[in-house]
Amino acid sequence: MSDVILQVRDLNKSFGGVVATDHLDFDVQFGEIHAVIGPNGAGKTTFVAQLAGMLSPDSGEIIFAGTEIGSMSAPERSHLGLARSFQITSVFPAFSALENVILAIQAHAGHSFRFWKPASTDVDLVKPAREILEQVGLGQRSLSLAGNLAHGEQRQLEIAMALATEPKMLLLDEPTAGMGAEESENMRQFLRRLKGEYSMLLIEHDMDTVFSLADRVTVLVYGRAIATGSPDEIRNNSEVRAAYLGEDEVQTDA
Amino acid sequence: MLSRLKLWVLIISFLILAFLPIVAEAIGEEFYISLVARMMIFAIAAMSLDLILGYGGMISFGHAMFFGLGCYSVGILAFYEITNGWVQLAVCVFGTALIGLFVGYISLRTSGIYFIMVTFALAQMFYFLGISLETYGGDDGLPIDTRSEFFSFFDLSEELNMYYLILGTLTACTILGWKCVNSRFGMVLRGSRANLPRMEAIGFPTLKYRLSAFIISGVMCGLAGFLLGNLTEFLTPEYMHWFRSGEIMVMVIVGGMGTLFGPLYGAFAYLIFEEVMASFTEYWQFYFGPILIVLVLFAKQGLWGLLPGKERLGDE
Repeated sequence: MSDVILQVRDLNKSFGGVVATDHLDFDVQFGEIHAVIGPNGAGKTTFVAQLAGMLSPDSGEIIFAGTEIGSMSAPERSHLGLARSFQITSVFPAFSALENVILAIQAHAGHSFRFWKPASTDVDLVKPAREILEQVGLGQRSLSLAGNLAHGEQRQLEIAMALATEPKMLLLDEPTAGMGAEESENMRQFLRRLKGEYSMLLIEHDMDTVFSLADRVTVLVYGRAIATGSPDEIRNNSEVRAAYLGEDEVQTDA
Repeated sequence: MLSRLKLWVLIISFLILAFLPIVAEAIGEEFYISLVARMMIFAIAAMSLDLILGYGGMISFGHAMFFGLGCYSVGILAFYEITNGWVQLAVCVFGTALIGLFVGYISLRTSGIYFIMVTFALAQMFYFLGISLETYGGDDGLPIDTRSEFFSFFDLSEELNMYYLILGTLTACTILGWKCVNSRFGMVLRGSRANLPRMEAIGFPTLKYRLSAFIISGVMCGLAGFLLGNLTEFLTPEYMHWFRSGEIMVMVIVGGMGTLFGPLYGAFAYLIFEEVMASFTEYWQFYFGPILIVLVLFAKQGLWGLLPGKERLGDE
């Protein structure tokens, strides 16, 4: 069991009559990238929201790094080392890239009931923030306002903020959403570099990204996991092809 | 951060305030001293509201409640002949902090229009409480016979001492406020205004921080009320009326939301306009309306935003 960082057992969530998560069992091993795919309405977003603490499950267990987190708040989960990036880019547009990362570091550097010293020149925050921006390749852009960054750069900043919280695991909600081919490729390379260092749960529409990065893939349909396996196994699984991949086998969502 | 020009504007403004009484006495118009003192008090109140409204995105429509409570803490204690300024001040600070905790805790469970309504409703409760307290004058109000007594060598019954106490408080609030909004705490506040779920996801328990900001803002506004009670030597529930809350909010908007210093100028602009226009017409607000609309449409950060160098809040 010690090689499992995230374990989900018999998770259920429904909205009125709509079952969004249906007796879901799921796990992520240390250091692996586990992708979750599924057609629109498969319950991916609801699943992420329950993992991140934005929604509470109706029943079931979520065990992260040995702790049951199902009833914890989002900030508490963040402090345990579960970091998420958002599907819709949600950096702070009027803060500089540096300040965005500073904020994330600050969240994990003790309490913020500090009223005197300016935060954006505090060397305890600025130095690590710069290092992270270098690491994600945004070093040159640190003083640009986040709102002025290109879309791909904003997605990178989004992940930089997740990294700044010193996570054990990344919950990546469609990191290549809205990206062009080149930007997507950059993001894939970037995530490949992080592989091994962090465990990742990858929610993704883009099949190139999923099949080139993931160690394992779980297919979600109507809130149920219909298959879990290596990318090859999933590709050749007839049930999956029928339910999701369709005739085209590989579909690329922009 | 603060452009050089803005810094100079601020320094010169405070110098003008510091020398104003001397000039007023020289030209024999002492009337201006208490007039400007009153404006400075509203400037403190407006600045306190900007902390949560501009920086925290909390649209409190009941801020005058704190204003009134500060005033009552002087008046009620003076009524029982407790004129020791330190005792009154302690009651004011702890009283407004406690009520800030109560009101903030309830209203921060809601957001948007509901937040506005809850703060509005709770403030009106205190207004009607004030009216029902017949002992303290009910809706007629109550004269405050003796001003707060702090030091024997600093007698507040001297108009000049009163003036400089208010100026000192305004200066302190300005500096502390500016430190606060740029500190780690201020970053959390600005981030929460921009994107609450994001702040939670990176690990901030935002309620704690927003509630603290609400309390700090309330105490600061309470101090303004404390000074107003002393200046006018009168307490009235009218200070807590929602109309007052609206006025303070207008001052913030005119001066520039989320700029901290802007509301200071907003308060002065509003009260000077009132003072000047009211001598011509009873319906001065009729003329104020269009000005407010023009400002809101064309100067997003109010009067302060007309100066070059934009303040950044975390969104927009």
